[in-house]
Amino acid sequence: MALSAEESGRLAALLSGNAERVTQRWTEIIAGSLRGRLSQAELRRQVQDLHHAIVSTGEQGAIDLPAENATELRATLSELSRGRARQGFSATETAISIFALKDVVAELVEEAGGDNKLRDYVAYSGLIDELGLFTFESFVRTRESLIADQAEQLLELSTPVVKLWEGVVAVPLVGTLDSARAQVVMERLLQTLVDTGSPYAIIDITGVPAVDTQVAQHILKTVVAARLMGADCIISGIRPQIAQTIVALGIEFGDIATKASLADALRHVLRLTGVETARRQPRRDA
Amino acid sequence: MTAGVDLGPQAQAIRSDEDVVRVRQLVRAVAVAVKLSLVDQTKVVTAASELARNTLVYGGGGSVEVTTVDNGRRRGVQIVFVDSGPGIPDLDLAFTDGYTTGGGLGLGLSGARRLVDDFHIDTSAETGTRITVTKWSR
Amino acid sequence: MERVPILKIGDILLVSIQLDMSDQTAVQLQEDLAERIVATGCHGVIIDITALDIVDSFVGRMLSTIASISKVLDAETVVVGMRPAVAITLVELGLSLNGIRTALNVERGMELIAAARADEHEYQLDDDPDAETATP
Ligand SMILES: Nc1ncnc2c1ncn2[C@@H]1O[C@H](COP(=O)(O)OP(=O)(O)OP(=O)(O)O)[C@@H](O)[C@H]1O
Ligand SMILES: [Mg+2]
Repeated sequence: MALSAEESGRLAALLSGNAERVTQRWTEIIAGSLRGRLSQAELRRQVQDLHHAIVSTGEQGAIDLPAENATELRATLSELSRGRARQGFSATETAISIFALKDVVAELVEEAGGDNKLRDYVAYSGLIDELGLFTFESFVRTRESLIADQAEQLLELSTPVVKLWEGVVAVPLVGTLDSARAQVVMERLLQTLVDTGSPYAIIDITGVPAVDTQVAQHILKTVVAARLMGADCIISGIRPQIAQTIVALGIEFGDIATKASLADALRHVLRLTGVETARRQPRRDA
Repeated sequence: MTAGVDLGPQAQAIRSDEDVVRVRQLVRAVAVAVKLSLVDQTKVVTAASELARNTLVYGGGGSVEVTTVDNGRRRGVQIVFVDSGPGIPDLDLAFTDGYTTGGGLGLGLSGARRLVDDFHIDTSAETGTRITVTKWSR
Repeated sequence: MERVPILKIGDILLVSIQLDMSDQTAVQLQEDLAERIVATGCHGVIIDITALDIVDSFVGRMLSTIASISKVLDAETVVVGMRPAVAITLVELGLSLNGIRTALNVERGMELIAAARADEHEYQLDDDPDAETATP
């Protein structure tokens, strides 16, 4: 709920006129709800920032959270939520930090008295509700992105690309391969080829229970992309069921080398590199 | 409300080879600003390069406008190519891999469509061709 | 218009594309290379695209054309250093770069050219009737 310019002015005056007391009480109430998990000094600093943002917005005119002149206020609230989300506080604990201001304001309004006291209090508490909800929303958004980041890290952890031999890297795929994961794995594989200068890659799918069209497409595209970069891929560990799906789906593996096991694949690569030298050696001797 | 870089719509004329290079650079900058992954940046810049060249070669020149878009959940790059050339008489044919009237590879249009998330085309002999593409962050 | 420099290293011409080329620059490079192959008698061309952050159908076509032209002029072309993101994009675009040899980096590219020249040399030996009778 936006406040009118007069209401905003009165609120700003009320808060700045009792600055020390407001921050003191506000900090106390929050500290009670967080039970010492945040230092008093840090809490106090946060409360002072919030206090300052509300007062300075109110002094400039009507406080309307989505409006241009409330940029600083929004930034302060977002920063608070982000910090709380990172430190592992709950959404409720975060929102309470804002709602606590209601108690403080109620006390001040009561003391100040006057004809408008009830109407003012209703208006102020409407505004505080809005600030609280805003905090809640940015808290949730931060959590979501934290979770997404963590999911991505897990994804990377679960797909190691290893250097198997000089010039040969392998990626043993384990578990269900959805399209997102297949994509991450394949990008990492290609990057590892570049980083290690390896012209051979083995994609081992022994540990993959099922392959659908999309995943098979990802693997195929990776093989083609690797070729464009100047590297060759061998696919190993295709189990009978998967071979059947691949055929049933009508996916063409074309001239891509496939081997029963990772060991077979490595032997194949070593023979490829070995044969070339062996083939030429006698010529040079002759 | 996020404190991201917000580039307003940016326009660029397509009158020469060098303009096509500028379109690529402009699209790259916006794609970086909305935090597309490296692969997605590469895809959208490549698509833009293809479409800008078509605008120049077949549309007789035109212009492009690059904007950031936000659907509440994700941000993205939107690019609009406009020319007042002859239009494309048979769209199905033009979108066939390998079809070209200009001695190209015939991959520009169809490939660009595969490289972006949304692809929209309006074309007629009277108004020319207008293509809007969007790539969203993941 | 900017021009892409061509370096001669031993028997190899090395082209390292460092800029976002306009189509005209790409066409110019194609012409310059053909001339340099003839003028130097080099038998290998390495095109290093490590610095390129995209390859579109125009540049792709130029690379294929350079490979074909150099073949006619008895030189082997290898494109090296394609970035993963570029390769993934090319696959999606549908460009297959047919007839182009590729390698991960310049050193591998040199090895490839050396191997190709050696193979050719072998063929000549194989075709030689005297060599045939000489083998037990
Ligand atoms: N803006 C346009 N105005 C008129 N015709 C167009 C336009 N864009 C494309 N076309 C037509 O569609 C055909 C296919 O375009 P596409 O970009 O797929 O292939 P290309 O430009 O011929 O070759 P490539 O892009 O692979 O080098 C063109 O040959 C041309 O006839
Ligand atoms: Mg085209």
